[in-house]
Amino acid sequence: MDFYSFLIQVLNSVQYGLLLFLVASGLTLVFGIMGIINLAHGAFYMVGAYMAFALSSLTGNLFTAILLGIPLSLVFGAFLEWALFSHLYKRDHLEQVLLTYGLILIFEELRSLLVDDEVHGVAIPDVFSASIALNDTLSYPVYRLVISAVCIVLAIGLYFLIQRTRLGMMIRAGSHDRDMVQSLGININLIYRTVFALGVTLAAFAGMLAAPISSVFPGMGGGVLIISFVIVVIGGIGSVWGALFAALLVGFADTFGKVLLPDFAGAIVYVLMAAVLLWRPEGIFKKG
Amino acid sequence: MSDVLLEAKELHTYYGSSHILHGVDFKIHRGETLALMGRNGMGKTTLIRSMMGLVRPRHGRVMVRGDDMTSAATHRIARQGIAYVPEGRGIFPNLSVKENLLMSARAGVDGQCNWTYERVLETFPRLSERLTNGGGQLSGGEQQMLTIGRALMTNPDLLILDEATEGLAPLIAREIWRIVREIRKSGIATVIVDKNHAAVTSITDRSVIIVKGQVVFDGDSEIVRKDQELIQKHLGV
Repeated sequence: MDFYSFLIQVLNSVQYGLLLFLVASGLTLVFGIMGIINLAHGAFYMVGAYMAFALSSLTGNLFTAILLGIPLSLVFGAFLEWALFSHLYKRDHLEQVLLTYGLILIFEELRSLLVDDEVHGVAIPDVFSASIALNDTLSYPVYRLVISAVCIVLAIGLYFLIQRTRLGMMIRAGSHDRDMVQSLGININLIYRTVFALGVTLAAFAGMLAAPISSVFPGMGGGVLIISFVIVVIGGIGSVWGALFAALLVGFADTFGKVLLPDFAGAIVYVLMAAVLLWRPEGIFKKG
Repeated sequence: MSDVLLEAKELHTYYGSSHILHGVDFKIHRGETLALMGRNGMGKTTLIRSMMGLVRPRHGRVMVRGDDMTSAATHRIARQGIAYVPEGRGIFPNLSVKENLLMSARAGVDGQCNWTYERVLETFPRLSERLTNGGGQLSGGEQQMLTIGRALMTNPDLLILDEATEGLAPLIAREIWRIVREIRKSGIATVIVDKNHAAVTSITDRSVIIVKGQVVFDGDSEIVRKDQELIQKHLGV
């Protein structure tokens, strides 16, 4: 592999890893703070991608679609938390899995009814449709760099929100002792709703960003859900930084696996997970 | 009536099928210091948790500043100027000392901001040396100071201390009592649960003794302090 091919794979790994981080961070937050196993989390990624498709068809522009999609996702997440997930906090994992699995089926059925079962493309916005030439034959699409840059900004924002703001302190405190947080006059239900809506929006946003490169198709949430769970397990349940690290690790393993060991590409990520679990059963970053 | 901060009327609380509180009446007035006494398992903590909305009483009412808040959410009750330091303290070990204090900061019911971050650190100088430590790295005494400081950051009119000095070395316990006296002087009402009967009755105006979920004594703390027979009968081990 020459240098430019290698560079392309590195950039792809980073872009894929960061995109997965957006999905996995919400999953790990919701699991770590509210104790909910949310199998429907991948469906939010799909909802985001379909929103990008539907809204950009309507408005003719992916930017506008994303600008509309973000508030819609927040409202959608807050509504789901209020209507369904808030009743699951004190239930056991089996009931959570049943409800959230049911949600996957409902979302897929709704998608089929509202859109259709075809594969759709979403156009890359004109400003980012160019490619940067690396040498005579190789070039790299600007849009993928944009995805990475946006994800990095969001990861920094998430770090700031959780580590530096009072809301972040309340969120972290709420993951430890719900009663104590309430006794200090803080509305824990509102905190949970906020975290859930944030998680939904991050996943949906990832779907919107990814729509032009992955296209939009039925069942697209399933693969993302499984890989996100792998990331949460590798990173350590509840740890956002663990999720970031693990997502990049998975991004590299998957991307380079496909290039270097194409016959085993599908298994590499799971071998990685098994190795990490043997080494650190709690994940690389314990919850903190 | 208006000077009653928190009141329980005929409270009956159950944990599952076990009947813990059997019709408890309890009242604390503005600026008052009260000892809540009773042996283990008699219902002191259940009474406090029922009044805070952390467990729901099956019968009876909880009045906060004269308003019925029996079914109100805990955070709404706390927002009426009631701060609760639970047994076992409830430190957030995954937050630094500074974050533990800042996360709860707010103005009091009347908008008063007497207790600022700076004032809490002046009151608890030991905490100011450990601001960046995680809450879980503190000693028991420091944790108790932190939870009291955190409660004060909400600028409460009533502070409820469950097992104020339990498990603390005598010297540290004395420091906690000094702080309680200071809080009392600042006009904040306090409900204190503690096994040190001599200390808690000498620091409080009034004592309430609970036996098997019922109030058996409600009167001046001085009476309790001087009546060894009463102490022996209801509180002796």
